[in-house]
Amino acid sequence: MTRTVISVRELTKRFGDFTAVDRISFDVREGEIFGFLGANGAGKTTAMRMLCGLSYPTSGSGTVDGFDIMRDGEKIKRRIGYMSQRFSLYDDLTVRENIRLYGGIYGLGRRQTQERMEELLRRLDFMSERDTLVGSLPLGWKQKLAFSVATLHRPGVVFLDEPTGGVDPLTRRQFWEMIYEAAAGGTTVFVTTHYMDEAEYCSRVSIMADGRIRALDTPAALKREFGAATMDDVFRKIAREAKRI
Amino acid sequence: MEERNAIEVRELTKRYGGVTALDRVSFEVGCGEIFGLIGPDGAGKTSLFRILTTLLAPDGGSASVNGLDSVADYRQIRRQVGYMPGRFSLYADLSVEENLSFFAALFGTGIRENYDLVAPIYSQIEPFRKRRAGKLSGGMKQKLALCCALIHRPSVLFLDEPTTGVDALSRGEFWDMLDGLRRCGISILVSTPYMDEAGRCDRIALINEGRILGIDTPQGLVDGFDEGVYELSGDDMSGLLARVRAERGISGCYPFGAVHHVVAAEGFDAVAFVARIAAEGFSGVSMQCIGAGIEDVFIKKMGR
Repeated sequence: MTRTVISVRELTKRFGDFTAVDRISFDVREGEIFGFLGANGAGKTTAMRMLCGLSYPTSGSGTVDGFDIMRDGEKIKRRIGYMSQRFSLYDDLTVRENIRLYGGIYGLGRRQTQERMEELLRRLDFMSERDTLVGSLPLGWKQKLAFSVATLHRPGVVFLDEPTGGVDPLTRRQFWEMIYEAAAGGTTVFVTTHYMDEAEYCSRVSIMADGRIRALDTPAALKREFGAATMDDVFRKIAREAKRI
Repeated sequence: MEERNAIEVRELTKRYGGVTALDRVSFEVGCGEIFGLIGPDGAGKTSLFRILTTLLAPDGGSASVNGLDSVADYRQIRRQVGYMPGRFSLYADLSVEENLSFFAALFGTGIRENYDLVAPIYSQIEPFRKRRAGKLSGGMKQKLALCCALIHRPSVLFLDEPTTGVDALSRGEFWDMLDGLRRCGISILVSTPYMDEAGRCDRIALINEGRILGIDTPQGLVDGFDEGVYELSGDDMSGLLARVRAERGISGCYPFGAVHHVVAAEGFDAVAFVARIAAEGFSGVSMQCIGAGIEDVFIKKMGR
């Protein structure tokens, strides 16, 4: 039996009289690549913040890597990895300094950080760039490094918030190959994207609209269910029904 | 000369220290054209916009808008163009209506005089006209920014990544609005990192690391692709990727949504190849020749 890494039931978040996330329930299994899609304003970011221990739900329940999102927010933060296109690494620190910083933040000891840093630099073929400022690396390299740093502490689940936004088509694909490798190694991946071809790469996809999960299944099953040729068509059919803009 | 171009860029170069952001870039945009700059972050798109809107001086080459030089005639250019920068640039503390009035006042005009031009877009956010701009959703901010860039009736519109971070459905609606503006005679230079939006432009330039990789109509660019593109699928997709990449005579293989794209020179025998890998144990393999898309063109030109 594969382990369930994320499990939420009737998860809800209200801001005043506005219900940003409205009773969502789903499970994510170990090693899955779970695509978390939705139109703008659907409630994706709010839901993701609750899963990462950054915001408390108004009602409902859930666990991430075995910890309760109501009570164990701090423990969850230590057990997950997080990366977004907008923010991941510090441009004015070198490659090594960034790795050391995140090693410290994730609570790895000095020796463990050092070991994993060397392993990471070798695997990415980054040894010659170890003292380069991250700001002067090409975007593609930066993204690969950011992903490796986000998984430095071997988290049970890594959250990727639009990791490939604005990235060239070749780098975008190389990035997905890294995601596949990580998932094959047992890391659970929770990913948001606006590129609908990337939705096809996910094991399962959920699509939110107006705070609710409108569809959740494998890409193949969703295309069958909605009588659509591509995930782009599935998404459009759901987003068109949404009331929030 | 009767037919004047809306924009002309000649050998334009911009450096920041040792980094060349724009490397001898040349193109022109005809009057009433929607011209797309398609490329990833860091390609030089924003530098180009800032030079054309007279906010930045080039280090080499020249740029003109409506026949006016971007350095010598900057004051005149500023009155004739509308600019929507990549980052949200409105006043978060002002309401929707106040922002629009403010931008109209800057150009010595008012909302009422130009209402007809912005109406198709503004009417969608008008129910929220008393709301502070900072409290709008992403899609509404984008529409307000477009209205503010249009309120003085510019003849040339510069839109720097107007659809970045916007969902697929809203992006389509935004392009419909641009079609409407073109019908009003406005020339548009628009940038995007989303390759699937290329087809909405009259002509496009593919740009990467400060250099233009190709300029043509979207159809012209894909027609110019000189190799075969095949769609490949099978039960073991990641195994197929590795297997195809090891095959000689194949110039590229990469994931493309639910399938892989295989790029191979003319003379490649797909039927024989499928038979061969089926014999090696790959099941459910299907391979068929399709036309290249803009992403295929971009990936190939990047590799050169």
